[in-house]
Amino acid sequence: MKATCWMGPRTVRVKDVPDPKILNGRDAIVRITSTAICGSDLHLYGHYVPGLKVGDILGHEFMGEVVETGPEVSNLAVGDRVVVPFPIACGACNACKRELYSLCENSNTTAPRAEKLWGHSPAGIFGYSHLLGGYAGGQAEYVRVPFADVGPLKIEDDSLTDEQVLFLSDVLPTGYMGAELCDIRPGDVVAVWGAGTVGQFAALSARLLGAERVVVIDRVARRLEMAREHAGAETLDYEQTDVLAELKDMTGGRGPDACIDAVGLEAHHPAAPLHAYDKAKQFARLETERSHALREAIMSCRNGGTVSIIGVYGGFADKFPIGSVMNRSLTIRTGQCHVHRYMRPLLERITKREIDPTFVITHHLSLDEAPNGYDTFKHDKDECVKVVLHP
Amino acid sequence: MIVKHKGIRLGRALGWFSIALGSAQVLLTERMNRLVGVDGMPTAKALMRGVGVQELTVGAAILNSPRPVGWLWSRVAGDVMHLAMLRAAMGSSGSDRSRVRAAAYAVLGVGVADLVAARALARASSRITEDGATRLRTAITVNRPPEEVYRSWRDFERLPQFMYHLESVQPTEQGRWHWVARAPAGKTVEWDAEIVEDRPGEVVAWRSLEGGDVDTCGLVRFAPATGDRGTEVVVEMEYTPPGGRAGAVAAKLFGESPEQQVRDDLRRFKQVMETGEVVRSDGSPEGSTTHRQLKQRPAQPVG
Repeated sequence: MKATCWMGPRTVRVKDVPDPKILNGRDAIVRITSTAICGSDLHLYGHYVPGLKVGDILGHEFMGEVVETGPEVSNLAVGDRVVVPFPIACGACNACKRELYSLCENSNTTAPRAEKLWGHSPAGIFGYSHLLGGYAGGQAEYVRVPFADVGPLKIEDDSLTDEQVLFLSDVLPTGYMGAELCDIRPGDVVAVWGAGTVGQFAALSARLLGAERVVVIDRVARRLEMAREHAGAETLDYEQTDVLAELKDMTGGRGPDACIDAVGLEAHHPAAPLHAYDKAKQFARLETERSHALREAIMSCRNGGTVSIIGVYGGFADKFPIGSVMNRSLTIRTGQCHVHRYMRPLLERITKREIDPTFVITHHLSLDEAPNGYDTFKHDKDECVKVVLHP
Repeated sequence: MIVKHKGIRLGRALGWFSIALGSAQVLLTERMNRLVGVDGMPTAKALMRGVGVQELTVGAAILNSPRPVGWLWSRVAGDVMHLAMLRAAMGSSGSDRSRVRAAAYAVLGVGVADLVAARALARASSRITEDGATRLRTAITVNRPPEEVYRSWRDFERLPQFMYHLESVQPTEQGRWHWVARAPAGKTVEWDAEIVEDRPGEVVAWRSLEGGDVDTCGLVRFAPATGDRGTEVVVEMEYTPPGGRAGAVAAKLFGESPEQQVRDDLRRFKQVMETGEVVRSDGSPEGSTTHRQLKQRPAQPVG
């Protein structure tokens, strides 16, 4: 089968690889009909995440048709249409029982590696390096799905297109959880750093969860416009204004009640010297993150407010404003999205037309064009926001 | 189990000694040179100051480190270097031979102390004892009741299903068990063991019998985990592989850490108890093993 393989920093190629096989009794094999490139795939593309091997198949946002099931799978049948969540969860460990699916204690087969870096290991993830299990990803024609009796969500309504439900695999629940972590009360002002797909959905979700005002911060005009149009957000261009000062003015000097970091480790800083500082340290591996957006989110947050981190980070950040956090009673809430928790409720909202996630898609490409897709996405070409691939 | 104070006091004393000596060498360079008998040599001042800085650095490092094994070894290396320097000084005109000789004896004396401290501290923190026995202790929580976990563990014949370093476990007469395990370099080792303590749902303890390839004893405790989270399984064991201490060190060099193996075994035990199977990925198609942590397959189907 064809699959998008990581071949080195900034190099992906579509190669011919063996078809997946059933390895565990609870596996299923899915023929992929649609799959997306995620902002966090770009961290792999740029080799900011350790533990990649040449030949790794990427992709953790995918859906398709079940073509084979293992002997222990009774909830799915061949022909079922499913969306697959990106964390792999067994359903039986303490973490899964507590609905902390991205912390599954059994699915990461390379747990010792993750433990060395992070103290303990989270769940395995599709196509996201050998730190998190070394599972083949879904930017391919077929994929092996472990614990198919726990993860995949059946889509029974044929009137829903792939585009409408594909994002239940990752970005929509991630944005939603980012907003949920803010514990939004009526009257709250929520600020979102990053107007990529996750930021768009976080802003949208903040509105749905009752925020009175949502402010989205980015520098790409198309993305800011998207946020205004689809999330009813106010926007700030951080290259044109001083975000900290603006947010204070917009909130009577208080700062937003909650701040969502939907940017993560490849943050950009408008002041060239500071950006150069972070980039240089990152290059020399003296720090592994560029956490400018997070620093700003923390500094902007009102006293006693909440900072919700859903942008991906991997290692260690420099100059973290812990003083600001401690002295001002901030709450930090974070985590890789526990997707399984949100899939059904969000599917219902989509079916009821309360949410239409398709607005973020700017590019439809065939699987063969994946390298192009990565390049376009990485360099913001052609006003790219979200690339969907069709094998 | 692990003795901590041995070597620490001596190590700290040597750290302070380094600071004192280094300070004298940097601040009272002329006096020190006269004392050692090299004040007639042209490069003496620069060299003495250099050595002084070196002593200060090492001294500070030793005092700041909770386990300064490496720094103590570097003191030993430094002593060897200083002896060489003094030897060179002996052959040069402008040196006071009797003083240089005395200084050399002093360095030798301190060198012995450094060696003793380094070895004592290294041994005290190592999990490999004098006779090559490896001690380890590790724990995992399994989301199942203690009686069920105990029963699965107690079914020794099934252990090789998820304890990959075991080839087979068979009951023999008299309630004993014959174990066959994989050893480094493709060999196998065998031994007989008897159960020393057996309290269902609580503990199993065993001891190997004379005449086997491996000397081992250990116990597994099963206790309810707080917060209704199942069972805490704590494994404590000691084992001496063939080859004694040399064998244990060699095994470590080949990357076969017994501690890591037992941890991986426990991880797979938990997977079987909670999910029914050993979990496989494309990078680790046999399931999580010590070997596979380093040598992952690419994340592609096996084919």
